[in-house]
Amino acid sequence: MKYLDEYRDADLARRLLKEIQQVQRRPWVLMEVCGGQTHSIVKYGVDDLLPRDIELVHGPGCPVCVTPLELIDKAHAIAARRDVIFCSFGDMLRVPGSECDLLTVKSRGADVRVVYSPLDCLKLARKHPEKQVVFFAIGFETTAPANAMLVWRAKQEGIRNVSVLVSHVLVPPAIEAILDSPWNRVQGFLGPGHVCAIMGYREYEEISARYKVPIVITGFEPVDLLEGVLMTIRQLEEGQARVENQYVRAVTREGNQAAQELVAKVFEVGERKWRGVGPIPNSGYRLREEFSGFDAERRFDVAAIDTQEPSVCISGEVLRGVRKPHDCPAFGNDCTPEHPLGATMVSSEGACAAYYLYGRRQKTTVGG
Amino acid sequence: MMPGEACPVPVLGHKQIVLGHGSGGKLTQDLVEKLFLANFSNDYLDRLDDQAVLEVNGSRLAFTTDSFVVTPIFFPGGDIGHLAINGTVNDLAMSGATPRFIAAAFILEEGLVSEDLARVVQSMRQAAEEAGVLLVTGDTKVVDRGKGDQVFITTTGLGVLERPVKISADQARPGDRVLLSGTIGDHGMAIMSRREGLEFEGPIESDTAALHTLVAGMLDTSEQIHCLRDPTRGGVATILNEIAARSQVGMELEGRSVPVRESVKGACEILGLDPLYVANEGKLVAVVAPEVADAVLERMRSHPLGRHSCCIGQVVAAHPRRVLLKTEIGGTRVLDVMLGEPLPRIC
Repeated sequence: MKYLDEYRDADLARRLLKEIQQVQRRPWVLMEVCGGQTHSIVKYGVDDLLPRDIELVHGPGCPVCVTPLELIDKAHAIAARRDVIFCSFGDMLRVPGSECDLLTVKSRGADVRVVYSPLDCLKLARKHPEKQVVFFAIGFETTAPANAMLVWRAKQEGIRNVSVLVSHVLVPPAIEAILDSPWNRVQGFLGPGHVCAIMGYREYEEISARYKVPIVITGFEPVDLLEGVLMTIRQLEEGQARVENQYVRAVTREGNQAAQELVAKVFEVGERKWRGVGPIPNSGYRLREEFSGFDAERRFDVAAIDTQEPSVCISGEVLRGVRKPHDCPAFGNDCTPEHPLGATMVSSEGACAAYYLYGRRQKTTVGG
Repeated sequence: MMPGEACPVPVLGHKQIVLGHGSGGKLTQDLVEKLFLANFSNDYLDRLDDQAVLEVNGSRLAFTTDSFVVTPIFFPGGDIGHLAINGTVNDLAMSGATPRFIAAAFILEEGLVSEDLARVVQSMRQAAEEAGVLLVTGDTKVVDRGKGDQVFITTTGLGVLERPVKISADQARPGDRVLLSGTIGDHGMAIMSRREGLEFEGPIESDTAALHTLVAGMLDTSEQIHCLRDPTRGGVATILNEIAARSQVGMELEGRSVPVRESVKGACEILGLDPLYVANEGKLVAVVAPEVADAVLERMRSHPLGRHSCCIGQVVAAHPRRVLLKTEIGGTRVLDVMLGEPLPRIC
């Protein structure tokens, strides 16, 4: 962990904070796009250290949060089948559907398993030929290559008892939707480091130029985040608007081309519905026709499931950076991580859960 | 209430029991408080310590019970048998008692390999010998294949309090120091790496160990030890929250002072888990009076199981029931109780 420790260095953090204070002249509103960044910001108290008039708002970049309710209900319907082994990443297990979460479905007897790699589903499918193995393929561009690999290899190896429930969303259309909104307050973006590690950042250059907004591709450690804030503020103060790359140790302009090619072979871009936001054109992946046999929605006939969000929840506005978690009357009262009303309270990367778990109900100071 | 009228079943928020109810976090607390405590309340149980201290004919006895359901039953650094003895020895030791007697109940699943059971039992014998406890009674049941998970062990322990100490989660006082006996997260990550077939750089072994001699040394140094807990399920964060709540005090921790092995830190990093919430089986947290903290710490460091002991923070009167952590970069966050089973994050 030596490699990471230098990105959590207190002296370096202090120097960056001082530099931010020196550079900043006016108040600014920045959005960190990725849920992992939100998590780090509150975990390390980065927001607690920044000048008060630099406001960080939280973006739609938590794939768990933006997975639509009806898709979660579809997952529950599929998982509840006796012939199914339902596989998911861990943090999807607590996300509420209309009635309950996957952990509850499991407690009723469903075979729900946490996997660390989608390819583990192939091993399960080989081991249990009498079962249907279904993978909940959620995520941004970051997880798409591994999910594409699952489908690709299943087809190559003729493994028929595997399918995927796809809910892949793409970051650039979401940024454009935020910037197009009449309520938009965001003046600069900390770009999603992991997504750009796969996709590069050419798409972000187009957005930055078109909307005249600075975008700094940023990592996930506290020093990364502070440096990302500094680079964005510096551009804003100088009246600049371009893409800069803070996360050079992981991201190149072109990204990982082998991964992009695999994704393009298996998925095509299409409209996707985002939880709390609604449908956004060209904002997600769906399986190409030649892989449609691996589509769990078709295989298990759950297309008709359609559900509604609870009306009190403002997670949609939180996801778009329009409002903060504690602006919600239900925050911390009717809505907690134990009894979440919306997904931003469930995933550990959700803005509401991060605020709740790390005590951002009110300001707290050691020694106070 | 009219005679014969039944109490309503308290609402637990879940229609069915989920795994999180056994995680040691908030769901477990709900279950204990709203169901068990509501039905069994008495002066001993209401203390919610890991053991009850009973007075019998002038003698003070510590009494505890614990069940072990770990998968896999053999893991790097130990096995379920070793854990079953040490876990109960530690629950007794955390009251300042000398562990003496153990009862063990085995629930065996049809199909369990006899040789595996023999290995588990031999491991228990060895752990009991090392801890100086006698296994004096027990029980065996066998359930149908699929109705258990190889072997479940319940151990009940009895110890004797030879000192006039009153160590309990409600005894923390502002000014007290919070001491930790070594690196955290080793057991939880050893189990997870084996259970999920994950391979991390560098070996991760469970820290399972009996802590009663470490505690005895600490008490020889000073009896001004107010709280002692072994941070098993729910980890250090959950234990400290329990002490803060029971004692109606706040706590302030220094994140940089909490020792974590590099291999455990790396594994937690990969899985998106926080070592402060990961289980330990051979560590203790002590809340001690400030004037004796240095001497107790020195004594802990002289014990093989306390070599990496350190002070991680202090008890404060401000913000009662809340545990605050100063982060590596100088920010502040609240360290809350764990919610349910720790689940790995997507990215």
